Amino acid sequence: MGNNVSSKIKSIVDKYGGDRGRMLDIIRDVQEELRCVSDESVSEIAGMMNLSRVDVDGVVTFYHFFSKTPVGKYSVYLNNGVTAVMNGRAAVAKAFAEAAGTAFGGTTADGSIGLFDTSCIGMNDQEPAALINGIVFTRLTPDRAKSLVAGMKAGKKVAELVEEFGDGANQSDLIRSMVRNNIRRKGPVLFGDFTSGDSIKKAVAMKPVDVIEQMKISNIRGRGGAGFPTGMKWEFCGKAKAGKRYVVCNADEGEPGTFKDRVILTELPHLLFEGMAVGGYAVGAEEGILYLRAEYLYLREYLQDVLGKLREKNVLGKNAGGKSGFNFDITIKIGAGAYICGEESALIESAEGRRGEPRNRPPFPVEAGYLNQPTTVNNVETYCAAARIIIEGGEWFRKFGTNQSAGTKLLSVSGDCKKPGIYEIEFGTTVQTLLEMVEGRTAKAVQIGGPSGACVGKKDFGHRIGYEDLSTGGSVIVIGPDRDLLQIVKNFMEFFVEESCGWCVPCRAGNVLLLNKLEKVMDGHGTMADIKELESWCLTVKSMSRCGLGQTSPNPIQTTLKNFREIYEAKVRKDVDYATEFDLSRAVKASCEAAGRIPNVHEEH
Amino acid sequence: MSEIKFTIDGKECTARAGQTIVEAASSSGVYIPTLCNYDGLKPAGACRICTVSVAGRNMAACTTPVASGMMVENNTPEINDMRKSIIEMLFVEGNHMCPVCEKSGNCELQALAYRYLMLAPRFPYLWPRRSVDASIPKLYKDGNRCIQCLRCVRGITAADGRKVFGLVDRGGRVRIGHDPELAASLGEEQAKRAMELCPVGSLIRKGVGYAVPIGKRKYDGTPIGGELERA
Repeated sequence: MGNNVSSKIKSIVDKYGGDRGRMLDIIRDVQEELRCVSDESVSEIAGMMNLSRVDVDGVVTFYHFFSKTPVGKYSVYLNNGVTAVMNGRAAVAKAFAEAAGTAFGGTTADGSIGLFDTSCIGMNDQEPAALINGIVFTRLTPDRAKSLVAGMKAGKKVAELVEEFGDGANQSDLIRSMVRNNIRRKGPVLFGDFTSGDSIKKAVAMKPVDVIEQMKISNIRGRGGAGFPTGMKWEFCGKAKAGKRYVVCNADEGEPGTFKDRVILTELPHLLFEGMAVGGYAVGAEEGILYLRAEYLYLREYLQDVLGKLREKNVLGKNAGGKSGFNFDITIKIGAGAYICGEESALIESAEGRRGEPRNRPPFPVEAGYLNQPTTVNNVETYCAAARIIIEGGEWFRKFGTNQSAGTKLLSVSGDCKKPGIYEIEFGTTVQTLLEMVEGRTAKAVQIGGPSGACVGKKDFGHRIGYEDLSTGGSVIVIGPDRDLLQIVKNFMEFFVEESCGWCVPCRAGNVLLLNKLEKVMDGHGTMADIKELESWCLTVKSMSRCGLGQTSPNPIQTTLKNFREIYEAKVRKDVDYATEFDLSRAVKASCEAAGRIPNVHEEH
Repeated sequence: MSEIKFTIDGKECTARAGQTIVEAASSSGVYIPTLCNYDGLKPAGACRICTVSVAGRNMAACTTPVASGMMVENNTPEINDMRKSIIEMLFVEGNHMCPVCEKSGNCELQALAYRYLMLAPRFPYLWPRRSVDASIPKLYKDGNRCIQCLRCVRGITAADGRKVFGLVDRGGRVRIGHDPELAASLGEEQAKRAMELCPVGSLIRKGVGYAVPIGKRKYDGTPIGGELERA
């Protein structure tokens, strides 16, 4: 390794004071500078920080956006999620590969352009979309892919390749992104009138326990999907013995199909940050952390600017909200591409600069979270709702929605509908009503809650969206009559296989086995016994896994087996109990043709 | 220290506050199978074979503290079948070669397969391509047999606390990596300890071997967990 590289790494490590907790920032900067984090770079970082090399290597290899091998001067990460595929992703990928002259998963011979697949990047309403050096390109077509490659080959800056800007704050000088908000329906909780400062001023005029009491009265449950009562979470955190407490905002929406947090972060960041300050006051925290997914890196400067303005307005900072003695500020931490970091304890590990592996519980984060201090981790939408609850009161909030699911919910709708985008609806809305709203009446299936949620068919369109019926963190994917559901299920299972952290056996191995079995059925080699085995293996993975990922990852198979069993049964052979997965005739067909021979093996079908 | 009363499959047991279900069960003479768990190491909850059911919820007995009045279901057909499936998953996700493995008879995975009467795994073999690393002076590190239990990660550290072994990559690709310099400085005692910690034959000492003949190894005569149950 050249001295030059070594000194570059040294200056990056020094920039972060050699702080172990800033490991993700250090690695990100090294990758940005050197376009990969090689073994040599790993050794340098470890040496300078007096760490074990395997510790650094473990972090580098855990995150999708870090790479041991060069990713190119321009790295194109093209989403391979379901709606991207629905909207012509294959042709776009082909155009990228042909124009650049390299296949996906590699870089061009001159090392200039790298092409990579990536999971949902939060642009499901404008797919196919890609991240090029962190900048978002949406609604891609083969022609657009070619012109982008031409621009890269001409050595243009990636920002110069953005030809149009989206709506709202996407046009602001600090974002300048072509991303569109697609806000289709505004509701009273998130989109009601809001004057910055009102919520925190009202909160600090109350006692912290009374703030928590309002949260309890409101009956609000976490908006990320798990649905834990927020008031209780804050109460536990506030009561836990601590030197320090932390408020963490989970802005790692990684569930394929969800993008509601993206729109909140773009249009309502002041509401979100104020909600975090309210949370900080309620639990007795001075520090808040916004954990932002790497895919939303394009919003970082803008969010920093918003934070600065809130400090000027004294919503944040010393004596926040004008309350003497209440000091609260927020910093931003950036992920590096790992779905599992949406799990709160994995998010905390990641925020500490480690591999994003979930922790064993107990202890729960409210007892021992960030830096082992009591920490409340809430979703972006939850903090926004909290700010509103303080302004309007808990009773006001619980008037919306149903008994068990109070308030409104922001849904990210995508797929086969005329009006993809975000909708603030009341809990209790039926799937059918939603389909009418989004103009997706022809749907044969709706994926509620993303892959980890449920895939429901027409007979269930009367069901209601809410924790007690069809629970969702916000992802709703409409699936039209012509789609191959099994292909969608396969796409979801491939996602979970890729995103499992690998810590526990049932999730690490079980998801691979489920995917293989699904492929066996899809290839026509399955029997009725395979369907039974799929069912039973789903149950094993769900009941034995360590965290929410493995406890829900079999859902795509399990819920389609329940609601669309006929599509599986149509694929399997019913005349035999056992079908070999290996078709010798087919396997040797190509070589026989090349040799001009007729295969002399027994033809099975 | 306060004493806690709880039950396992209806049997009344006692525990000290702070004990995990596995520890408390063990001191009450009840065997709960474990694999990634090891006395004195922080529980990892990685293999999940110790999963028990409490009030209808499954949880790893190695990481869950006992609570007063807890009713633990341990030895039920459903749980045992799922445990067996974990063992089978471990056999198919690696490349295990019991007949030629130096650890045979001392291997906890093999012993559990016997205990749970595994004949052939219900899952198709995945035949992963994994490597054998012979670069550590005192140890062979065989990825084929590794079950990622993290016992070496947790149990072997350098004098200054730095990790010698660690998990790298993610998903089905996870494997145990090591720091080359720290691994090179492992002494004789640490190498011995590493091999003892490893429940399978993934960490094997170089230069010595086959000290105990087949037939006289740990699980050759007594099934795993058998000692506890006889007591």
